[in-house]
Formats: sequence, structure tokens, C-alpha cells
Amino acid sequence: MHVRHLTLADFRSYPRADLPLEPGITTLVGLNGQGKTNLVEAIGYVATLSSHRVATDAPLVRFGAGQSIVRAAVVRDGRESVVELELNPGRANRARLNKSPLTRPRDVLGTLRTVLFAPEDLALVKGDPGERRRFLDDLLVARQPRWAGVRADHDKLLKQRGALLKSAQPVLRKGRSRRRVPDGLDEVSERESALHTLEVWNAQLAQVAAPLIYARLRLVRDLGPHLASTYDEVSAGQSDARITYRASLRDEFAARLAAGEVPEIEEIHAELLASYDAMRAQEIERGQNLVGPHRDDLLLTLGELPAKGYASHGESWSFALGLKLAAYHLLRTDLRDDPVLILDDVFAELDSGRRERLAALVADCEQVLITAAVPEDVPESLRGRSVRIRLGEIEEVGSDE
Amino acid sequence: MYEGAVQDLIDELGRLPGVGPKGAQRIAFHLLQADPQDVERLSDVLLAVKEKVRYCERCFNVAESQLCRVCADQRRDQSAICVVEEPKDVVAIERTREFRGTYHVLGGAISPIDGIGPGDLRFTELMTRLASGEVTEVIIATDPNLEGEATAAYLSRFLKGMDLKVTRLASGLPVGGDLEYADEVTLGRAFEGRTLVHV
Ligand SMILES: Nc1ncnc2c1ncn2[C@@H]1O[C@H](COP(=O)(O)OP(=O)(O)O)[C@@H](O)[C@H]1O
Ligand SMILES: [Mg+2]
Ligand SMILES: [Zn+2]
Repeated sequence: MHVRHLTLADFRSYPRADLPLEPGITTLVGLNGQGKTNLVEAIGYVATLSSHRVATDAPLVRFGAGQSIVRAAVVRDGRESVVELELNPGRANRARLNKSPLTRPRDVLGTLRTVLFAPEDLALVKGDPGERRRFLDDLLVARQPRWAGVRADHDKLLKQRGALLKSAQPVLRKGRSRRRVPDGLDEVSERESALHTLEVWNAQLAQVAAPLIYARLRLVRDLGPHLASTYDEVSAGQSDARITYRASLRDEFAARLAAGEVPEIEEIHAELLASYDAMRAQEIERGQNLVGPHRDDLLLTLGELPAKGYASHGESWSFALGLKLAAYHLLRTDLRDDPVLILDDVFAELDSGRRERLAALVADCEQVLITAAVPEDVPESLRGRSVRIRLGEIEEVGSDE
Repeated sequence: MYEGAVQDLIDELGRLPGVGPKGAQRIAFHLLQADPQDVERLSDVLLAVKEKVRYCERCFNVAESQLCRVCADQRRDQSAICVVEEPKDVVAIERTREFRGTYHVLGGAISPIDGIGPGDLRFTELMTRLASGEVTEVIIATDPNLEGEATAAYLSRFLKGMDLKVTRLASGLPVGGDLEYADEVTLGRAFEGRTLVHV
């Protein structure tokens, strides 16, 4: 697929922008701070409904404006769809697909698929587990948009159960006190009622946490071989890059998952319930959800060593890039269609060997959008059409073809 | 900021559910320009609703006397109780004309984030009604969202040991939705296809 046109109103630094695009390689060049990343960020937003740079929508709306509009015309198999998003910080965002309003913005997911690699992605290797979980979950949604709903439910259930653990803490900790509680006609201790409520939320949470773990395990299994080859190609075969799922479940079960086993959902479900029971005292003590997908991690290893803390700066870059390119190849295989590849400010960070190898890897993608401050950083073989960005003005500088 | 009374009105309106700051302003200026009789009628019904309307002693639906219209109606089937979150859900289900039993309004759903636990809902009152032995069927019609599901699960745990047929409104209802916004056809169909939780 490819983006044929991008229109912005009051997005980031742009009061208005119109950017016609073509299949093949397009390089956006311009000095720092001129608005190159803002453009590709908007395209990434259409694909994921989130920015790769910030967690909330407010900074995306042009300073002083009340709302942003992002419109993208996406072509897949010769058919064009137009996604229009209205960002309303503090209120619900709205989405239209081919002019018809959608009840939920997340129903546009899947219309455009992108893989975006940016300097921020170094955090995949060096950052907190949350960065790696987000990578996995974003990729799940790109594979199958219905995971967006599961993820949203999971977040909400965690908040509810967390609030319960906190508020019921005094009761659950000691609680022999008797009070009139709604429990049939018998009086039951407050503690018992709180435990019943906790069990209800355990059941609700396990119902979405189990499929989420299952889907991540399958994803890790499918991604592994792609990563082995993309890392190899980017780094010219220095060592083996591997990924392993690290679950917060009980040790024995977690070890099976780490070994690459993908149990049935029912088994994961039962294990989750058992883990909640095993961790109950601690969860109550700390008033926090301590087991489940939100506490899991993806272990990255190079050869025998964990990448985090051991890999050199260059190796960390290659690993992060390898993960994103692996995601690209996985989606390409899954969907029998190329996602849009976005490389934001990446070439400046790579040595010339890695640059050339990356160029070779992406040469056959349907659409690649590259940003660079210094055009010479981009290998000659990738100098397709280039567009100059200066103070938010977009001008064509020409095409090699 | 506007002066005195106008700003007070905007503030009060803004406190209402579903009314944002802009909406509050629009309503306020609409009222300023409206005929005095129209505004008087509005203020009369506002006062009347607080004076006259209360909750049904049996089911906690809104009522104008001790019992609500449904509970007072002798033709309703007293052996079936449909458990809902809010009075507005009673209205939504009544519109479908699929249900001939009575209701029980819990007054919300379990939601720890909002500080609402089982003790804040009318479960005890429901248990008291069930204890009379007259009821043989309970239909759980809490909202099809996470909190509604948790409330349904909590309730069905307690009903498990009792000699009752317990059903949950079948989905087909938009998930994440509010019973009130389900259209009549969907809601009616959900009533026909309710699923058995346990007997
Ligand atoms: N919400 C916003 N409103 C106005 N300007 C913004 C907003 N967010 C970012 N900017 C401006 O956009 C510029 C950064 O654009 P960016 O696309 O990141 O630059 P680059 O060309 O280096 O990739 C900065 O000058 C910043 O001040
Ligand atoms: Mg940039
Ligand atoms: Zn009543």
C-alpha cells in the first residue's frame, strides 16, 4: 500500500499542509526543526492513532489551535480509501473513512499500515520493559486490528482491579469487622465480600490477559526468524540476535514460555488465575496488579549476552533497526502487501556500511519515506524523489527518475 | 467570565452530565432570550421532579407514589425480575414490549475506579425480594461493558446456590455500549436470545 496524499490542518507546526506522495522512495530534506518529522508523525498517527514521540494528543495540535485535522488518501491494490481524523484534546477524537463517520476512531485501524523507525526507537533496546511491550502490542494491532479492543479492555480492567486492590487494602489486609454487607440474607464479613469482588475482577481480567499473552507469544515466535535475518543483514553477520518472552507468571510456567512454547489460551488462563492466587498477599500489600501482560518483558539477546547493558551503541542501533525491519517483513508476509516504511532521521546515526546495507534492504519496498537533515547521509541508491521542507513550507526539488 | 447571575447559570448547567462549557453557554443565552413563561415552566418541572418523584420501595425505579408503575401493575409477572443498572434502562426495556415481569434497579455498576463497590448498590434489597420465594427467574440486564459484566458476574455468584433460573441478556448488543442506546430491535432480540447462566 502507499499514501497518495496527506493533508494537515493545525497539526504540530503546520497551519495547513498538502503533501502529494508517490510509491517508491521519497526523501524529505531540510534543516532541523523545519517540520520533517511532523509530517511523517502525522502519517504514523493515521496508522496507529498514536504518535511515536508523545503519549498524549495535546502536543500534536498546533499551539493555540483547538483541534487538528489529518487526512490521508491510502491506495491498496489500486483502490483508494480516505481516512480523516479530528484530534480534539480533552474530548473524544473523531474519525471518518471515505467521508462516513465511524462510531469509534479505532475502526480506521488497518486502513493504513506503517512501520516507523526513528531515533526514539533506541529505547527498544536501552529503555524500560514498557517500550518493548508497546512494540509487541502495536505490532499485534497492525497484524489484526481487533487487538486494539482487547488492549483497551485490558488497560481498563487493570485500572479497575488496581483501584480495587488499593481501596480494599485495609479490609483485605486484616478485616474481621462485621458490617451489613450485601450478601444474600446472611451477614458475611466485609473481607469476604471484598474477596468475592476481587475474584470477579480476576476472572474478567484473565479473560483478556490470557489471549493477549497468547497472541504475544505467537508474535514472538513468528518474528524471531525475521529478526535473525534482518539483524544479520544490517550488521553484516556479527552475531545472532534473538528475542525471548519473559512472563511475570509462576517460574515453571514462565520458563516454558521462555523456551518458546505457546500453550493453549485455556492453559494460560488457568495459570493466570493460579498466579493471582499465589500473589494475592503481595498484591494486596502493595495495592498493585503484579501479574500479567503489563508486567511482562521481551528479552533481547546478542549471541549469549543480553543486549540491554551489554551491546555497544552501534549494536543497539542495529538491534532496534533489526526489530523494526523484522516487523516490516512479518506484516508484508502476513498481509501479502507492503506496509509504508518510514525512516525518520536514521541515516545520520549509521556508519556508511550500515547505511548501504539498509539501503539495499529497503530498495524493493512499495513506499519508503525518509527524512534527513543532510541529503548526503542518504545513500545515492535511495535518492528517489526529494522534497525540501523549509519553515513548514513544502517544495518539490525533483526526482532522479 | 460573565456577570453574576449569568455566570452562576452557566456554572450550574456546566455541572450537568453531557453538558460542556460551550453547551452551557449556549443554553444559558437561549434561556436569557426565551419567553418568561417558557422559563417558568422549566423551573416548575425542575422543582416538581425533586418534590414528587421518588424511588419505588420495591424495585427502586423512579416512581410518583410508593410503588412505580410497573410494580403497581397487577398484570405483571411477579415471578420474573430483570436486574438493571439505572431507571433509564427500565424505560429502554419497556419500549421493546418483550418483558412482562418486574425490575430491580441496582443504582449503578461495580466500578472500583469510581469508588463503587457492591455495598453501594441495592444487592441486599434484591436478596430480600428473592427470599420471599415468589421469584423463579432472574434476568441480568446490566450494561454490556466491563463494569456491567463484572456486576453481572458478582450477582450470578450469589444467585448460584439459589433455586432460580438465571439468565444474562444475550449479546448482539453493541459491546462497550449502554443499554439505553441500544435500538429497540436489538434489545428485543437480546431478550428472546438471553443465555442461561445457571438454573
Ligand atoms: N504543537 C505545536 N505547535 C506549533 N509548533 C510545533 C508544535 N509541535 C512542534 N512544533 C514545532 O515543530 C518543529 C519541529 O518539527 P520537526 O518536524 O520535529 O522538525 P524536523 O524537521 O527536525 O524533523 C519545532 O520548531 C517545534 O517548535
Ligand atoms: Mg526530525
Ligand atoms: Zn417498582
